[in-house]
This record gives sequence, C-alpha cells and structure tokens, in this order.
Amino acid sequence: MIKIEKLHKSYPIGKDSLHVLKGIDLHIKEGEFVSIMGSSGSGKSTLLNIVGLLDVHDEGNYFLNGQLIKELNEKKAAILRNKFLGFVFQSFNLISYKTALENVALPLYYKGMNRKERLKIALDYLEKVGLKDWANHLPNELSGGQKQRVAIARALVTKPKVVLADEPTGALDSTTTDSVMDLLKDINDEGMTVFVITHEEEVAEQTKRIVRLKDGVIISDEYTKAAKAV
Amino acid sequence: MFDLDRWREIFQSINKNRLRSVLSGFTVAFAILLFTLLFGIVSGLSNSFKDAFADDAQNAMFVRVWKTSKPYKGLQTGRRVQLKNKDYEYIQDEYGNKIQYKSARIYKNFTIKYKNEASNYSVMAVNPDHQFLEKTIIDEGRYLNERDLREKSKVIVIGRLLKEDLFGERPALTKRVNVNGSSYLVIGIFSDEGGDNEERKAFIPLTTAQMMYGNNDYISQIALGYNPNLSLDAAIAFGNKMERDLRSKMNIHPDDQSALSVRNMAEANKGVGQFMFVLYLIVLFVGSGTLVAGIIGISNIMIFVIKERTKEFGIRKALGAKPASIVGMVVQESVLITTIAGYLGLSLGTFVLAQIGDSLEDYFIKDPSVSPGIIIGATLTLIISGLIAGYVPAKRAANIKPIEALRAD
Repeated sequence: MIKIEKLHKSYPIGKDSLHVLKGIDLHIKEGEFVSIMGSSGSGKSTLLNIVGLLDVHDEGNYFLNGQLIKELNEKKAAILRNKFLGFVFQSFNLISYKTALENVALPLYYKGMNRKERLKIALDYLEKVGLKDWANHLPNELSGGQKQRVAIARALVTKPKVVLADEPTGALDSTTTDSVMDLLKDINDEGMTVFVITHEEEVAEQTKRIVRLKDGVIISDEYTKAAKAV
Repeated sequence: MFDLDRWREIFQSINKNRLRSVLSGFTVAFAILLFTLLFGIVSGLSNSFKDAFADDAQNAMFVRVWKTSKPYKGLQTGRRVQLKNKDYEYIQDEYGNKIQYKSARIYKNFTIKYKNEASNYSVMAVNPDHQFLEKTIIDEGRYLNERDLREKSKVIVIGRLLKEDLFGERPALTKRVNVNGSSYLVIGIFSDEGGDNEERKAFIPLTTAQMMYGNNDYISQIALGYNPNLSLDAAIAFGNKMERDLRSKMNIHPDDQSALSVRNMAEANKGVGQFMFVLYLIVLFVGSGTLVAGIIGISNIMIFVIKERTKEFGIRKALGAKPASIVGMVVQESVLITTIAGYLGLSLGTFVLAQIGDSLEDYFIKDPSVSPGIIIGATLTLIISGLIAGYVPAKRAANIKPIEALRAD
C-alpha cells in the first residue's frame, strides 16, 4: 500500500538546511496497523506529511497504492488525497462554523457527491462513531473526544485506503484516548490500513507494528504482542 | 457558477461570518452611495442650466440697438439708432444660408380689453418664425402665419395667463378683444416654459403693428436662429461678423456696444458646455476615487479574511479540495458581497436622489438622477473589482502548501 525507498527530506533554515529524513525505507502492506514512534524532532511528522501528500520529499521514491508519487501539482495531490487518504489530526481541524454532520460530509462534497446522498452517508459514519445524536452540533459544543471521533468519521467517510493519524490522542485524556484507539482498532479490523504517529508508548502498544524513528532514521521496526495475538 | 452546493457553501460562510461580510459590504455600499449621489447632483446642476436657457431657442441670436456711445465719422454720441425693414432684409440677403429662423420684433404696451375685464399687457409684433425662436407652445388655435403678415390682419395670439385674466374659464378662441382701441381676433393661445411673465404677453403680426402704430418701417429688435449645423465656434464667428457688418453699414463705431450689439446664445452655450464638461471631469475624478477607495477597502478586508481562513483552506485541501475550488469559492463570495452591497448603495443613492427631486431647486439642483449607463458601468466595475479583490489573495492562499496552511492560526 505504502512503499518508501531511501526517502530524504530537508528544510531550508536561512542559508543552511536541516536534514530531517535521512534515507527512510518502509513498506506498509494493506490492512496493517502501524505506529511511528519517536521523540519530537525525530522526523515522524514530516514522514506523515509526505505520506499524506501534504508535503513533498526531496529524494527517494514513494509509491502510494502502487503509483509513484512524483512532481504532483496541487490539483492531482488533492484528487489523490480525496481518493486514498483520510486524515486525523491532533488538533482535530474541524471547520468551526460547520456542524458535525457537515464536517463529516465535506470530503464527499469534494468528491462531487450530491448533498442528500453525502449527508446520509455522513450520518451513517457519525452513528458508527457513536455521535448520531450530536450531528447538528457545532464543534465548540463537543468535548475533545467527541471532536476527535467526528474527525475520524470524516477521515473514513470517503472509504480511503489509508487513515493517517497525527498524534490523534495528543490532546485527549486517558479515558478518551482509549475510546479513540478502540475506534481505530475497529477500523483496522475492517481491513483499513491505519498509520498512527505518536510519542506515547501506551498508544503505540495498541497498534500491530511499531516503527521507531530517531534523528531521521529508522532504528527499529517490529510487530507488537497485539499483532502476534491475532 | 451555477453549482448549488457551491452557493450553499458560500451562503454558509457569509452567514456564519456576518460581521466580516457586513464590514466588507459596507465599504462598497458606501462608495457606491457617494458615487451615485455625486453624479446625481451634477446631473441636477446640469438640468438647472438647461432649464435656465429653456425660455429661448438654444440657437437664438438677438440684434439690439440703443444710443451711440462713441462719436464716429462726424456723428455725435447719443444718437438714437433705429433698425428698419431694410436692415432685416439685409441680414436675410447677406446671411440667409447661416440662418434657420428669423423674426423682427416691435415692443408695445397696450391695454387689452374683453367685455368688462381690461389690463395693460406687453404686446410684441413679430414674424411667424418667432414661435420657434421664443419656443412658444401653442395650446389652442394657431400662431401667426405669412398670410396674416401679407394681409396685415388684425389677429392676436395671447398667453395662457393673459387669457385667464380676461376670459377666466370661458373660451377665448375666435373672440374679439380690444387692443388700444382696435378690435383684434384671438386666433391662438400659447404657453411658455420661460415663466409667468412670458405667459402674460400677446403676439400680433409685425406688418399690422407697423401700419397701425406710426405707419413706418421701424423695428425694435431682430431675433435670429442660426443654422443648427454650424458648430458653436462657427456660430460665434458668424455673430461677430454680423455685428461688425451692421455697425459699419449703419455708421456706428466698430466697438460701440451700446449702439448695436448681437447677443449670441452660442457664446452662452459654449460657456455652459465647458463649465459642465469640467464639472463632469471633476466628478468623474472624485467619483472614481471613491470607487477605487471602496475597491481597496474590500481588497484589504479580503486579504485579512483569507489570512484568517488559511487554516480552513488547509483543512479543505487535506480533505481533497482542489486549489481552483478554493479560489472559486472566495472569488464568488467576494463578487456576491460586492454586487449585493453595491446594489444596496446604488438603490439607496437613487432613492435619496428621488426624494430630493425638485426640493433643492433653489440651489440649482433640479431633478437629480443617474443615467442607466452610469448605473450599469458602476455595477460592472463592482463585479470586476470584487473579482480582483477576491482573486489575488485567494490565489495566493490556495497555493500555500496544505501543511503550512494547517499550521497557520
């Protein structure tokens, strides 16, 4: 599903450049539940942004669903994101003036689906994350856990190949963290590839494969007990 | 453009951000309001000027004589100059092709009497062309004609108010009135836009007056209408030349304004035309300035708005929005706000102008209004400016990498 070969990325800082990713090789197959662990500055967010087509890499190859990602313009990237990827962000990134239902339905609008159909599908997904009764509430009327569940519903609504979650539990307390992780596990059980970035050991342990990143290189890549249990 | 979902997105965005939308709209509405009022008031001024000259034909010229003020060729000052029929004929022979209308005038003051009603009125003896020179409007009957002059008929055309004085509500046409002791047949009743004084006058044939009162060929004044095909400059030149020719013919000093002068409407028209032109230029300048200020205002607000929404655009892009869809959304919103606000300003402006109506006539502002051309022009300017005001910053925002947009606060 995701295949990365010798990926490099650096950011210019004044005259110098900061080499963030120093040759990453990673292969994630369809249906995997992978977490990327690392302290801040290890390059994990950069990796996710590149995988999520929100940023471009400098060197190496990146194949998404078998397609080589190279010299994408914004329009093509937008189409690919809409088709293959679902995002869950640490800060939820819901649109504040839209209701939960409208937020969930938004990716379908960019898919070109008509309003009636997309609201119906969005409601199904809200029900799936247990927020059907909150459909017509604005984000600021929801708790953090609820917001993140709305964001997850929004990430899933286009039936993407991969769900990318950037510190999905970073802004949540431990109880809601567990409920969000349970939700991600359920999604994975349904066969969707889930790619989580975290710096919390407990969160990573709930995934099936942990890739540890340090200073832009992978230092370990192993399957967890959860994976062996299956 | 006709995507219902797109409109729904825009209305939602406008509705959820009312203050912002109202603020940006206000700038434009105010600019257009000022623009409309300015143009309306200038058109009102222009109307007043046109009215001030409405009494006489636009192409009228008057040859006037009085006493000489300068000695010339042995003749003393203070000599009374008298126009005669031969001067009238001379003008006809000499300048026939430059003249559209011509009429001699004799001024008289007579008591006009009908049954028991009588009063003193100014009576003018004229030629048939005089109707067009004075812009006399015939309400009933007819004006003087060539036959009246040939036959020296005792017929009279009376003003609307003169008729009311003598006849009241009764019909006056074909009745006989007593003018200075002689009986005249009323053949027509006229009105005139020049005001009440003009409508208390009466006209009789020139030849009748010359025969009845003095039995001579004297003329008080000659009124002409220059050929409308002449340019203003040519008409002015024609007036000046005629003035010089007549003075030399009548042994008057070439610079003696008092003895003989030609009053030429072309000169006044040229002055008014230049004045109005300059006024329109000034207003166009000020009005465009106001519009530009409005456009800059909305551009500023749009830049701020887009900065504020950068994160939202980032989210939308992460969810699959193409750059064009974001630019389109912002531009459409901007055009919608400018158009609606502009239209409000325009409507308010035309409403205020309509309310003013003729109430400011004392200040030379009559019936101020804006022409459809200007309204269409202003609306188009607004739509285009809304387009530009939205497009430039939106294009930039849409090209920010989503990762940077998402980081924005």
